[in-house]
Amino acid sequence: MSDAPGRNDSRAGLSRRQFLKGSGVTAATAALAGTAEAVVQAATADKTKEKTESMGPGPVALTLDVNGAKMETKVEPRVTLLDTLRNHLDVTGCKRVCDRGTCGACTVLLDGKPVYACTTLALEAQGKKVRTAESLVDGDKLDKVPAAFVKADAQQCGFCTPGFVVSMYAAFQANPSAGPGEIEDALSGNICRCGTYEQMRDAIAALCKVKRKEA
Amino acid sequence: MKNFQYFRPSSPEAAVALLDKTWGTAELLGGGTDLLDLQKEYVAQPSKVISVAAIKGFDGISVLEKEPPVVVIGAGTKIATVASDSGIKEHFPALASAAGGLGTPQIRNMATLGGNLCQRNRCWYFRDEHVRCLLKGGDKCYALDGENRYHAIFTKEHTCVIVSPSTIAPALIAYGASAEVLGPKGKRTVKLAEFYRAPRKEGEREHVLEANELVLSVSIPAEKGLRSANYEVAQKRSYDWPMAQAVVAFHLDGKKAKEVRIILGHVAPTPLIADAAMKEVEGKEITEETAAKAGEAATEGAKPLKQNEYKLRLLAVAVKRALLTAAGAKKYWVT
Repeated sequence: MSDAPGRNDSRAGLSRRQFLKGSGVTAATAALAGTAEAVVQAATADKTKEKTESMGPGPVALTLDVNGAKMETKVEPRVTLLDTLRNHLDVTGCKRVCDRGTCGACTVLLDGKPVYACTTLALEAQGKKVRTAESLVDGDKLDKVPAAFVKADAQQCGFCTPGFVVSMYAAFQANPSAGPGEIEDALSGNICRCGTYEQMRDAIAALCKVKRKEA
Repeated sequence: MKNFQYFRPSSPEAAVALLDKTWGTAELLGGGTDLLDLQKEYVAQPSKVISVAAIKGFDGISVLEKEPPVVVIGAGTKIATVASDSGIKEHFPALASAAGGLGTPQIRNMATLGGNLCQRNRCWYFRDEHVRCLLKGGDKCYALDGENRYHAIFTKEHTCVIVSPSTIAPALIAYGASAEVLGPKGKRTVKLAEFYRAPRKEGEREHVLEANELVLSVSIPAEKGLRSANYEVAQKRSYDWPMAQAVVAFHLDGKKAKEVRIILGHVAPTPLIADAAMKEVEGKEITEETAAKAGEAATEGAKPLKQNEYKLRLLAVAVKRALLTAAGAKKYWVT
């Protein structure tokens, strides 16, 4: 993970994802790029006479600030932030599970606040700072939140983990002296299908420097 | 989802100019927590999506120095902002409670006040792409004799038995709030108590707005000494909409409750003003006994469906506990 952030644009050779995707996708991306256009259309009957820019329905050029790196791509307006990050920018920490804003696996930080990337249009994230689980590592050193997850073995399949650590990281950013109750409330928008909540509570207790009460 | 043209107007007038006269072809995008779901299910298939994110002055909370002071919340204000605002917590605890208990932390960071008030109903037949119910041009309500445990219990005269989905609306109604709405001909003010209506067919929404109108803000008078509380009965502590909700507000004259308002949520196609329950406690001290009587009165006139008679009990308890909370009584229940 030493190449995060900006995995897609500065890396020599193939990433695992690019390898899996093969060359077909590259051709498709090139074909879409040619059709992109931004149309400026006068909003009729507008008292202010201002013009409202319309985008799409074809792919539109998009710049996102992801984990501190500027990333460019072209997507149709209907493409979510999650699918843009995963399928276009190779930022795959955020996971696609329910795709309906009900599980939390896609949780990313938008200007520091946790949101569901599956229920946010990529176009709406422009001009905002996007942070994913990939950003919770500095060189080879994990942030204290994912480090606590590792130590407490707070995952089974691990698919929900990137969402959980992003939510928990945001909670500690908002209040570094938060207690276990506040952290648990901050995680109420994430679900673990394997049910590793007990180990997560161990991780929370360690981070909050409190002893866990026996259940 | 069906693809669309995306617009990002910078003024409310420009946003309204992009809207169409009939529902369905253009949709306003706030946080997207409702709209994107509907689009993914092909229940909403707009060809134009108009983002409100770039509209200047569309979010934020301000106070107008009037008597009583009026708190104005921009329609683009995030639910998380409403829930954590210290002034709202102090003066409108029922609103802070409804906002703070809504959805999940992520939803609250995304969803807007205007979007919450105008969200579509949660009926699973309505939200199923393959079901053509009354609201989608069909000729019957499938919930009437189908799976209806989360539907309305006040069903008289209603051909569609959805429940009003907003938990914030009952609180705003109890506080006597009104919405400022912009249309092609200018602004108008709609009281939240008159904001909702029961939809009966395709082309009708759960509220009274025209398809080319936009909610700009909500104004709430801050009555001095008003006591209020919100109580929701839900299956889960996060994620879900409640099964029954009661918001109460009243003044205290000595120990007697005056100007009592009791608003019910999630039991009818619109929020309901519970006149019988209000009469039951008006001018009386709020005790476990009088609060329980008001709770029973709140269920008067209900006509539950096959699977949701249980909601009568939940509603009565919600009204009782909301009244006791607002009165400052000791909570004997687990919170």
